[in-house]
Amino acid sequence: MTRVPLEKKVLSENDRIARRLRERFRAHGVLCLNLISSPGAGKTSLLERTLEGFAPEERVAVLTGDIQTDNDARRLARYGFPVRQITTGGTCHLEAAMIERALEGWGSEAVDLLFIENVGNLVCPASYDLGEAAKIVLLSVTEGDDKPLKYPAIFFRSALLVLNKVDLLPYVPFDVAAVRQNARRINPAIEILEVSCTTGEGLEGWRRWLALQREAVRKQAELGATLA
Amino acid sequence: MHELGIANSVLEAVREEIRRHPGAVPRKVGLAVGELAGVDPDCLQFNFQALTRGTEWEGLRLEILWRPRRHRCPACGSEFDIVDYNFACPSCGETRTECVSGDELELKYLEVEQP
Repeated sequence: MTRVPLEKKVLSENDRIARRLRERFRAHGVLCLNLISSPGAGKTSLLERTLEGFAPEERVAVLTGDIQTDNDARRLARYGFPVRQITTGGTCHLEAAMIERALEGWGSEAVDLLFIENVGNLVCPASYDLGEAAKIVLLSVTEGDDKPLKYPAIFFRSALLVLNKVDLLPYVPFDVAAVRQNARRINPAIEILEVSCTTGEGLEGWRRWLALQREAVRKQAELGATLA
Repeated sequence: MHELGIANSVLEAVREEIRRHPGAVPRKVGLAVGELAGVDPDCLQFNFQALTRGTEWEGLRLEILWRPRRHRCPACGSEFDIVDYNFACPSCGETRTECVSGDELELKYLEVEQP
């Protein structure tokens, strides 16, 4: 028996496409954000509240993934920004190749903020790089405050935790201090925002966070243009 | 649920590697899975077996090499495994240590029987 050493990432094909996407986003100064949560935590609601706050000339677009239906795309299209639905037909997560296909014929130069709404699932999307600048994990207070410990991979890889539905805190046994502590045990650097997409509470902080990220990407693109 | 896709990717990698060893029969493939990789080892093993059963890959075993989360201390340079989310350096007590591994999903080796 001979043992052949291998040093190869299992998802290297996905990673290769994700690198290509990331390069493309960087070249065009596009901030790409990958939103991940379990089903029903409020990804679409957060996007609705986000889009409704933007002026019509903002260069924003959304790719939204679901196993079936284009319900989310229809919900989001009402705000007048370009939206495309990715229907995975059973696959529990989005992969980089799906993003690349969905962007075909859709000049990403025309956009400087691209949201990807992943399939509702806290597990599998964590393993697939989509070329995004950051993963954002949403958690709602009707879920358990120990979710970060149960699903560490996604909390480890996310730059931001958005805690949604805080208007329901008086009615549910959810400990905000505990979820903060649990999330930081997995990822000490994770940023945390508390919002309610129903009442609008905390959305100002979310918009500020977005503006900061966009500013950083814009500066980077400018710097790139100067150097080139 | 994505373990089936991952099992398939492992098999594809074996298929690619075995082409470089004409006539050799693959017997065992070693895969490092970090605790932060978001992959369930039992589920992956089950899927791998389901995928290979009754095929030319039937005799191929998957060995999962479980990798714990590992941190490095920027102050004294020591590296250590994380137990119970205690990130403090066991050598010097520094609390702000950096994660260096534990999220990998990498093929490590392939054992082949030479003709």
